[in-house]
Amino acid sequence: MTAGGDATRMAAQPADDASLAVALLAVDPVGLGGAVLRAAPCAIRDHWLAAFRGAMPVGTAWRRMPPDTPDSRVLGGLDLGATLAAGRPLAERGILAEADDGIVVLPMAERLACVMAARLAAVLDTQEVVVERDGLARRWPARICIIALDEGIDAEEMPPAQLLDRIAFMIGLDDLPRGAVVISPGPEIIAAARKTLARVVIQPELLHALCATALALGIASPRAVLLALRAMCAAVALAGRTMAREEDAMIAARLVLAPRATRLPEATPEEAPPETDPAEAMESESHPAAEQPRDEDLADIVTAAARAAMPPALLARLAAAQQAATRAGAAGRAGAVRRDGKRGRALGARAGRLHDGARLALIETLRAAAPWQAMRRRRDPRGDRPVLIRAEDIRLRRYEERSGTTAIFAVDASGSTALHRMAEAKGAVEMLLAECYARRDRVALIAFRRDSATVLLPPTQALARARRCLAALPGGGATPLAAALEAASCLAEAERRQGRLPLLILMTDGRANVARDGQTGRVAGEADALAMAPLLRAAGLPILLVDTAPRPQPFTRALADAMGGRHVPLPQADAAAMSAVIGAAARAA
Amino acid sequence: MMMDATGSHQAEAPDEATEAARPAKQAPRRPAAPPAPRPLFPFSALVGQEEMLRALLLVAVDPGIGGVLVQGDRGTGKSTAVRALAALLPPMRVVVGCRFGCDPATSGGFCEDCRARRVRTATTVPIPVVDLPLGATEDRVAGALDIERALVDGVRAFEPGLLARAHRGFLYIDEVNLLEDHLVDLLLDVAASGENVVEREGISLRHPARFVLVGSGNPEEGELRPQLLDRFGLSVEVRTPMDLATRIEVVRRRDSFEREPAAFAARWRRPQSRLRAQIGAARKRLPRIVTPDSALEMAARLCMALGTDGLRGELTLIRAARALVAFEGGREVTVAELRAVAIASLCHRLRRNPLDEAGSAARVQRAITEVLGP
Repeated sequence: MTAGGDATRMAAQPADDASLAVALLAVDPVGLGGAVLRAAPCAIRDHWLAAFRGAMPVGTAWRRMPPDTPDSRVLGGLDLGATLAAGRPLAERGILAEADDGIVVLPMAERLACVMAARLAAVLDTQEVVVERDGLARRWPARICIIALDEGIDAEEMPPAQLLDRIAFMIGLDDLPRGAVVISPGPEIIAAARKTLARVVIQPELLHALCATALALGIASPRAVLLALRAMCAAVALAGRTMAREEDAMIAARLVLAPRATRLPEATPEEAPPETDPAEAMESESHPAAEQPRDEDLADIVTAAARAAMPPALLARLAAAQQAATRAGAAGRAGAVRRDGKRGRALGARAGRLHDGARLALIETLRAAAPWQAMRRRRDPRGDRPVLIRAEDIRLRRYEERSGTTAIFAVDASGSTALHRMAEAKGAVEMLLAECYARRDRVALIAFRRDSATVLLPPTQALARARRCLAALPGGGATPLAAALEAASCLAEAERRQGRLPLLILMTDGRANVARDGQTGRVAGEADALAMAPLLRAAGLPILLVDTAPRPQPFTRALADAMGGRHVPLPQADAAAMSAVIGAAARAA
Repeated sequence: MMMDATGSHQAEAPDEATEAARPAKQAPRRPAAPPAPRPLFPFSALVGQEEMLRALLLVAVDPGIGGVLVQGDRGTGKSTAVRALAALLPPMRVVVGCRFGCDPATSGGFCEDCRARRVRTATTVPIPVVDLPLGATEDRVAGALDIERALVDGVRAFEPGLLARAHRGFLYIDEVNLLEDHLVDLLLDVAASGENVVEREGISLRHPARFVLVGSGNPEEGELRPQLLDRFGLSVEVRTPMDLATRIEVVRRRDSFEREPAAFAARWRRPQSRLRAQIGAARKRLPRIVTPDSALEMAARLCMALGTDGLRGELTLIRAARALVAFEGGREVTVAELRAVAIASLCHRLRRNPLDEAGSAARVQRAITEVLGP
């Protein structure tokens, strides 16, 4: 690395990758889409943000957008104050249009609702805000770069997938050593790189290497490669060159592709694309994709670079993250549904009287008053008020009070159950899933076996996924009943916090033989399960314990009583009978 | 109080730049689509995804097929393809000055304005492809009181919404499964009746609103309501291409488009105009396509084997097959065309088993093999 190699020289350490991301993003903020900073609020995060801000040109727009910002503020709409003052409608830009050619910072991005992420995704795709609101139709340019501050603690808590798909960098600042320093190159270097950027040439074999790496890492979305390509161009420009080199591809693979990996590349990464569909191959116009040995070597080198950049826990985290990303259904995410009557999804407005706690639908009120202005003014010619509003114009906001149900299935997948009636349990759960679909409930699936309980499926409305999870559920091992109860109670509590009504269906033969600390033993296992029971009783959710043992045990009944749930022994039950019983209980709940 | 909902107005584009300096008195605006500032990716340059592209081309040939739903993986170019379709559509004739884009040749179904017109002169405009942006409010979708005229002139006038703009064209909803329920209800209602009825803020008005509904989304972000699903004529699923050559080509073309959109578009001008001509020719040929009884019988047997509800599936199947024949320059519907469009026409109409994921396409495929032969 020679002239202008500042960026590439700092490539070895994680802190240096964080610095490199600052520099690359400053070179091509719109093309790269932005960065996700995964970290608790901390000094290093502020430090990164300050470094990035310093690297951007002076006067770059910088807007914060908390996750619960309303549409009117995000997208823009009618500027009510100005409209009232002027007596004619005036539009107001939202945060996204204000941040044109600038930065939008999303604090608590892990709480961003799916629908809001979709709005951001549309703006990132089209680089403009299209507003059809409040009687206004506007189109504003919005070439933005998003810095999402992901403060998620669990692996499941992360920003919505459609946003991550469009943002180049994912930087885990928590992994940085204490006192790490983020350095950004001087503004003159950035300015020079921005000028060079348009002239950067990428050789076909480097593009080939990036695509092959993405495939080897199991990255499906072509957008990831496109972003990696942008990162590579920015790296080339930053190094003061116009011709890409191997090291630029390695930077792109490390920063863009590695954090998206869904699998480890093969130990001997034979570049083995699946059978090429002849039709598709013909579609793709004649192109130098001839597999030369050089290409494959390059792909291996780039893949190795990406692999080296993958933190050890990454795969586990990503697997969970993919589940989490799809968990938020149409209803949105944490905090989106509350039921105090003044929150939730607006249902429009209705006429009414202003009273304590009612929320005025200002624009609707204005709309109602508007047609009468000329007439009222003729009757009441005191010209000091711009708008004459009468009591009958008042419109109040209506909010949806939705209390969706989440059916949590905790299924015993231990050896003892597997032996007896795993198939029936699966069958019953499938039938219940179909019922949940009809009611548009959400479902979650916990499986417990060996020494732990796993949330196989976080609450979701995507029932096809539930079915897939269930079909793939392995059986065998001991029965960690206490761990299952603990997992179920955590999940139920989380659902309740989101304004949903949890419902627990526990299917087990009750042969608890693993304690919470992982020790095996019938006595400790049963004692711990009973000890967990009051926690669930206190949670006050409807519980159904389906006893799948061939002969019901006294312990299972005692456990159901301790949880305040119903005990349904189903020694001879088939799937249909189980479904009937559970369906009835769910309706009663 | 002057009622102005039925007055005739000249179309006038909203003037963004002089918003602050707008004179107090002004003729009402037609909600003309603001121009798209960025050039669109050429349809003919899209790589792979033949199912999706064919479905879009078929509704371009015959809008009567009734819309397309595209569901599938992220980054597969769903919205790029739909938006690119706009550039391929032939122009259409409209009544000059009509706010709703009435067809001068229609036998009935004029809007109130046009019914009142003594002379209806015609002009040519592009077929509208209207994007329904996320976060749109109901008043802008259905149309509502023109708040500007009400405030400025004290006149109660109707301002047409996106449904009026999409009349006789395409209405595209990206992330359709995230669409709010009350907007879904509105769309279902209008799509079923072909007419938008506005009863709000003292305005009582109806205007024709027939459009081809095109939706795209990722099913993992939420399920689509079955009623809405049924509204789409064709349904296709897109998957990320997993072979290296295709993926390289996707990225290469996208990259070269983003670097120099104009130059890229210029390179694809000839394939684009060929495709446009092919669609135009297919539209002309469409009324003359023969559908032999044997094809009708095959379609009926296929639908019976699958147990699809109602006749809509059968009609869509036939229409889509006819459009395909027209597009490919043939004369008569044969088993080959039925086979080609059967999955897209029928897979979303099977008696729904929500747990059967890839199952519906496979079920249609099985029925095709049984009824039409392997």
